[in-house]
Amino acid sequence: MSRLVFSRLLQAIPTLWVIATLTFFMTRFAPGGPFDSEKAIPEEIKVKLESHFGLDRPLFDQYALYLQNLLRGDLGPSFKYPEWEVSELIATAFPVSLTLGVLSFIIALLIGIPGGMIAALKRNTWMDYLPMGLSMAGVCLPTFVLGPLLIFAFSTQLALFPPLGWYGGSDWVLPSLTLGLFYAAYIARLTRAGMLETLQQDYIRTARAKGASSWRILTKHAARGGLLPVVTFLGPAFAGLISGSFVIESIFFIPGLGKFFVTAAFNRDYTMVLGTVLFYATLIICLNLIVDLIQAWLDPKARQFK
Amino acid sequence: MNPENSSSLGKDAWLRLRANRMAMVSLFILLAIGLLSLFGPMLSSNAFDQQNLDRIFESPNGTYLFGTDNLGRDLFARTTYGGRISLSVGLLATLVSLIIGVTYGMISGYAGGRVDAWMMRMVDVLYSLPFIIFVILLMVMFGRNFLLLFLAIGAVEWLTMARITRAQTLNLKKAEFIEAARALGFSHTRILFRHLLPNLIGPIIVYATLTVPAVMLLEAVLSFLGLGVQAPMSSWGSLIKEGAEKMDAAPWLLLFPGSFFCLTLFSLNFLGDGLRDALDPKSSED
Amino acid sequence: MPLTLNLLRINPMSNLHIENLQVNFHTREGIVRAVDGINLSIKPGEIVGLVGESGSGKSVTCNSILQLLPAPPARIESGIIQWSGKDLLLQGDAEMQGIRGKEISMIFQDPMSCLNPYIPILDQVAEPLIIHGLCHPQKAMKNAREILLRVGVQRIAEHPRAYPHEFSGGMRQRAMIAMALITKPSLLLADEPTTALDVTVQAKVLSILKDLCGSLGTSVLFVSHDLGLVAELADRVVVMYHGKVVEQNDTRALFTQPSHPYVKALIACRPTLDISQDRLPTVDDFIDPKEEATPHPTTYSPPNPSSGQEALIEARDLIVEFKTDEGTVRAVDQVSLSISKGTTHGLVGESGSGKTTLGRSLLNLIEKSSGEIWLNGKRIPSNGQRNDSGFRKAMQIIFQDPYASLNPRLTIEQTLLEPMQVHRLGKSKTERVDRVVALLEEVGLGAEHLSRYPYEFSGGQRQRICVARALTTEPEFIVCDECVSAMDVSVQAQVLNLLKSLQVTRGLTYLFISHDLGVVKFMSDEISVMQAGRIIESGSADHIYNDPQTVYTRQLIDSIPAANRSSGLSS
Repeated sequence: MSRLVFSRLLQAIPTLWVIATLTFFMTRFAPGGPFDSEKAIPEEIKVKLESHFGLDRPLFDQYALYLQNLLRGDLGPSFKYPEWEVSELIATAFPVSLTLGVLSFIIALLIGIPGGMIAALKRNTWMDYLPMGLSMAGVCLPTFVLGPLLIFAFSTQLALFPPLGWYGGSDWVLPSLTLGLFYAAYIARLTRAGMLETLQQDYIRTARAKGASSWRILTKHAARGGLLPVVTFLGPAFAGLISGSFVIESIFFIPGLGKFFVTAAFNRDYTMVLGTVLFYATLIICLNLIVDLIQAWLDPKARQFK
Repeated sequence: MNPENSSSLGKDAWLRLRANRMAMVSLFILLAIGLLSLFGPMLSSNAFDQQNLDRIFESPNGTYLFGTDNLGRDLFARTTYGGRISLSVGLLATLVSLIIGVTYGMISGYAGGRVDAWMMRMVDVLYSLPFIIFVILLMVMFGRNFLLLFLAIGAVEWLTMARITRAQTLNLKKAEFIEAARALGFSHTRILFRHLLPNLIGPIIVYATLTVPAVMLLEAVLSFLGLGVQAPMSSWGSLIKEGAEKMDAAPWLLLFPGSFFCLTLFSLNFLGDGLRDALDPKSSED
Repeated sequence: MPLTLNLLRINPMSNLHIENLQVNFHTREGIVRAVDGINLSIKPGEIVGLVGESGSGKSVTCNSILQLLPAPPARIESGIIQWSGKDLLLQGDAEMQGIRGKEISMIFQDPMSCLNPYIPILDQVAEPLIIHGLCHPQKAMKNAREILLRVGVQRIAEHPRAYPHEFSGGMRQRAMIAMALITKPSLLLADEPTTALDVTVQAKVLSILKDLCGSLGTSVLFVSHDLGLVAELADRVVVMYHGKVVEQNDTRALFTQPSHPYVKALIACRPTLDISQDRLPTVDDFIDPKEEATPHPTTYSPPNPSSGQEALIEARDLIVEFKTDEGTVRAVDQVSLSISKGTTHGLVGESGSGKTTLGRSLLNLIEKSSGEIWLNGKRIPSNGQRNDSGFRKAMQIIFQDPYASLNPRLTIEQTLLEPMQVHRLGKSKTERVDRVVALLEEVGLGAEHLSRYPYEFSGGQRQRICVARALTTEPEFIVCDECVSAMDVSVQAQVLNLLKSLQVTRGLTYLFISHDLGVVKFMSDEISVMQAGRIIESGSADHIYNDPQTVYTRQLIDSIPAANRSSGLSS
């Protein structure tokens, strides 16, 4: 197990390095980038930039300085709002997105997995068609259509939940529901497919021949194999939840990292954009590691991984 | 086995697809939407960007089939025009990802050994990057260019295509007819393109059909965030954005583009599922 | 050694009576009558062998007893299965669950796929006791451990939490047997349990099965395609053909005096070890009414004297190594070989012996790590010029699985024309097509098959097409890599006869690889026995069987069921 962790960490470091280097060179050489001499940059920003990035020094020194700063967690000042450090902005905004993400994730799992399992068990009956039909609809109804529709239904018409903001109370309901339902749809489909495939396996027939009930077969025998594809999806799912929250945060006006990122992109706040990218990348790599560990725990064959 | 009709596998699959009602309905819907998108803007008497400021926010009526928006533009023309953009981005980006991904995956799987390990390691590294973020980054850095948009999206999707192709290739490589081809002295190129590729086409088509909606979704998200195609061009994504903002006043602004978009995604997914069942008889056995 | 399983025997001994069972499969192509009205009985403590080839309906019969058939395509049209005073076919799911694993247990063919890879073996073996509430979970685990040790799975003592993939095939099958018998059922259904195992392992597993069932008084329905194997084990034999029972009798009586022509054919077309034949009798010889009743094995002509003949293929100090997670594995360990022109060299070994690797490395399909190979006195170059046409044309191979050996997307014509196109044989397309048709006829097919696709042919026919394909380049040497191992005995006989006659007409040289000693002896002039990558014994076919020099070879021969060693024909 520990070998797995070690090897994954070993893989993660070059990945991060690649990303960091890519972003570095992108900023230096992109047309219309911040260091494009044709752009008129306000004086105060120019001063801060030069001190932070060491613009007067040779390229390699700049790169080294950049990497050093990264390791210290210093992502530089915001381009648009130079009195703020990028890392500060991330620190305020991220917890909001995280809460949203976790809530949506829980909703997605609570609806998706049981839905998929029931559909697999009661194949080709209404208990299969209904959830799968809904989940198909869910997959095709993007969050930015579903969101406004939900607002329209529950906020405007029924006045049950507030349509925007993130200040407490039941603010979290509509956003998490929107995001959660969308992912629930994917998870339900994956669960059903994984369970169905597992239920075709020979060892399920052996379990039946031993006299096991359908319930026992589902929970004890089929669950582990059937849920494996879902677990594999969880990594990208959580990553998607984070990026999906861009849209949600925009629609519901939630002051999360996604909204900050999009606004920064619009405002061409380069340091903010780059800092956020690096942050997300690190986050996702950690998440993938956790998912790999869970997979190894579930699948005894994978534990003997080199 | 019936020795009389030596139907090819393709014909067999087509018959199975025909029997799948949902898939046929989806195909029909897609054709309808496709044709509308192609000819719609021409059918309408108004150009899609023609503003008519004394007829703003009109609900659907005789002159304006889908109503008008905040600048008096014909929603029907805009929706069908948006269809052109969204569908072409979807198809072109999928094509790009197909060509890159299939070639990459096929070579990686066929070569095996160290070459395969390194190629896949690269894919793994790229896979772990938060791509939508990168796409946004690219858009910010290089400006909003239509060509760049679908190149960027295509560059994101090729990874999945490569992985799938490689998995299928590895499977096929074990089949004895590939070894027989080597024993008969066939060149690697011949084996790749005459023996491997035709047997990969099934899964490739299925995943291509499922990639198109994923790409369209990605483009729509970008447009929604304001980073997609630039005005006055409009894709369904940007139309939905505008519609969502004005939903209280004029729900039809969200309704029509939204329905077109969702219907297309829906149909593509059903068609993809249908193709998967048609091409792999085992998976459709109930 | 008495077993200390103190379980109450819940059910008294029962008889199983199957009456007029009819099972149909509703497929896209139409209705297939898998089981077409059969009657079968099993007395308490009896071992009944149910024998048939693929498509005979034996597995379907076995699975329908416990209602384990896949319900939509399969439908039990009529029949009664009497057990313990009930009709099993009328029982609902809840009642069946109570019977399965408790009164009637079942074991299956492939122990790897039939055991849950995510649950430790001990838990799986204990599970039937827990499901049926026969004892405390802790006691169940204790009983499971005991019975596993009794069947010889020693590893469980030190590694109680071990998973299925940590055991070998033979051990897994023993665990399956333990799992099935832990509840002391009255009847055990065994569906081809040893088919996937090596011959030596098979013998041990069968003796454990017989031993345990005997001491528990459990009756057994043993399903197999191997008549000889069943004869070793069973008290009575039932033979099925196309969904019907064609003959059933006490074992000895069936073998010494078979009455139905199909049974006579099955007995006769097995290549056995005691007689030498030029040609195997086939089912057609017995069932085709035009032919005479029981043909004798055709006269035996002595093999080509290999001494003094020039060697076509020579290999010296061949080593093939693979890098795996555990380190470097030597699949072929310093093998030297010489095959004379026009003869067949047999290569016998169990799984993991390296025989397949050796065969493929001769053709450079697997890269050898070191050693030399010569064809007709010329050294075959290694990696750089791997695709040198000269050698490729002269050396061909036929594989084991006829279903995977042909490109499903190409017609037969395309498959057979391609090698000629690549090697530029024949001057025009018509000439090539003529040659292709001639080849098809040579293997027993015809011009009408040209435009067909592989999926339209049976396994035996596909293998013939593979033979034709191998002949397109006019080779001198063909490696037959387990090419009849996946076939029914009757089909096997036809293909073997074909290979032998082609050898005579074309002067071919074969390397015949198989784990089946009878088949190897039928085909070969010289034989080498392989174990763990080395050739441990070599000699003429007769010599190896009548006077084996090594312990392993003797073990191999002894593991073969007696009825497969000697031909069961009445003299």
